[in-house]
Amino acid sequence: MVESQIDITAGPPPDAPPNAEPVEMLLNMGPQHPSTHGVFRMVLWVDGEKIVAVEPHIGYLHRGSEKLCEGEQYHQVITLFDRLDYVANFNNELVYCQAVEKLMGLTVPERAEYVRVILCELNRIASHLLYVGTIGLDAGAMTPTMFAFRGRERIQALFEAVSGARMMHNYFRIGGLKEELPDNFEQLIRDLLPLLREDVAESDKILTFNEIFLSRLKDVGRISAEDAIDFGFTGPCLRGCGVEYDVRKAQPYSVYDRFDFDVPVGLDGDCWDRHWVRIQEMYESLSIVEQALAQMPGGSVASSLGRRLIRPPAGEVYARAENPRGEMGVHLVSKGADRPYRLKVRPPSFCNLSAIKYLLKDSWIADSVVILGSLDIVLGEVDR
Amino acid sequence: MLNSVKGMLLTLASTFTGLRRPVTRQYPTVPTPVQPRFMGFPALTWDNGVNEPYCTGCMVCIRNCPTQCMSASMMDNPLNAEGQSSRRKIVDYFEINLNRCILCGICVEVCNFDAIVMSHEHEMSTYERNGDRVNLPALLEIGQKYQRETTWIPPTVLAKAKKDAEDAAKAAEAAKVEAAAAVEGGE
Repeated sequence: MVESQIDITAGPPPDAPPNAEPVEMLLNMGPQHPSTHGVFRMVLWVDGEKIVAVEPHIGYLHRGSEKLCEGEQYHQVITLFDRLDYVANFNNELVYCQAVEKLMGLTVPERAEYVRVILCELNRIASHLLYVGTIGLDAGAMTPTMFAFRGRERIQALFEAVSGARMMHNYFRIGGLKEELPDNFEQLIRDLLPLLREDVAESDKILTFNEIFLSRLKDVGRISAEDAIDFGFTGPCLRGCGVEYDVRKAQPYSVYDRFDFDVPVGLDGDCWDRHWVRIQEMYESLSIVEQALAQMPGGSVASSLGRRLIRPPAGEVYARAENPRGEMGVHLVSKGADRPYRLKVRPPSFCNLSAIKYLLKDSWIADSVVILGSLDIVLGEVDR
Repeated sequence: MLNSVKGMLLTLASTFTGLRRPVTRQYPTVPTPVQPRFMGFPALTWDNGVNEPYCTGCMVCIRNCPTQCMSASMMDNPLNAEGQSSRRKIVDYFEINLNRCILCGICVEVCNFDAIVMSHEHEMSTYERNGDRVNLPALLEIGQKYQRETTWIPPTVLAKAKKDAEDAAKAAEAAKVEAAAAVEGGE
């Protein structure tokens, strides 16, 4: 049995303020706590209801994904990327495929790029809808979960029709897609979009400006733009602080430079701003999907590589993309073999979570759940 | 205060729509339909023309499986010796540990003999740790069930039909151009 790293009899942590003595209680939150969004463990030193210091413990869901990638052939690695951020599977696949394509200098068929964008943006909405549900639960509202999951279910049904799986799709291929979209795809997505717009609007209406919700989230977990950049924040968490940074705009990949969309930014960098940014992003994603559908060209989606075994030339490459949680990066080192020599993932959740010590200090225990929820972490990605 | 009331009204409104058209389904009693492309557990297909499995035990799926969940071996095909089948080798033993399988569909993609499919079977929980190690007869049974319930056409046959159609279209186009040229030449 592994010994606990925390000595309960010891005093407060080194970074606790000197006047924190005596520490009245050490509160162990997680890893099986329902509001840690997975298996995240925090050890809170609390003085009454006030949090004096936090010791986050990650690694409960560590599966060694990066090491496993070194043992799998390039086309098999896609299955591992599905399982990193398990609520934004298409976005993960896209980053990895982009990395290998960049290394090999491949061009992807135009139609495949559009299909990728449509699926990624739908996945972003699905991911943010899950967030709306969970932040509702964290703030004490049960109903938004039901609304959010209804919309999410519709998107997942479409994903099942396209890729054959609701979550672990394995649909993107290096240089293309696995197969052409189903024949009834046009009909399916035309039916889906108005319903989805309704779902997003309902999730927005039921929660965002609710007085109780506002008082739970406004001015809670505040972080300045400078601090957020120092912590390596990306995605909605950074944009909530007022920094207009989106990889889709800053360094357009795939065909994102052809769409007209806004990057919503918050003002104060508190929990509610992060929430508001995500809600607005869903509307933007819907507009991107509509534009992509209108522009979608015909042609093949198959990779020019066919079914050949992939052996990219020796070299290093870094590819990044805007995931629902922020900037996801893949650093790939190849030595010319059929398997990656080294593959490093830069997960957005991990970097956003690194601020938890700073954010939770001097807040209330009840707010810790909301602050963690507003960071919207996925532990599959944090622990890898 | 007003926004809370608005949210409450929305909840009430969807309660009434929900009563009329419920979104949820009583799942175990009411079966959930799956999409045609749904990837359930892999299964082996049966060649009804020759009455033998499509699988030759070539092991390409086993080499490409990310989780190493399968094993197989091949043997000389007795039907080939009798002249009934064009397959010289046939699968002798095949086992998939469905507890290990991650339903990625790579095995189907790499198969050269249309031998393996992602069936629609997904409710296969067992109480034992290795309760889902499925052998050849069971895999063929799942595959045949899949073939019966869907209009499964071997992918190579489909690809060939598509290619033939494209070739025919191209030929027709070429003939048209030729005819037009002939007409022009005649003038």
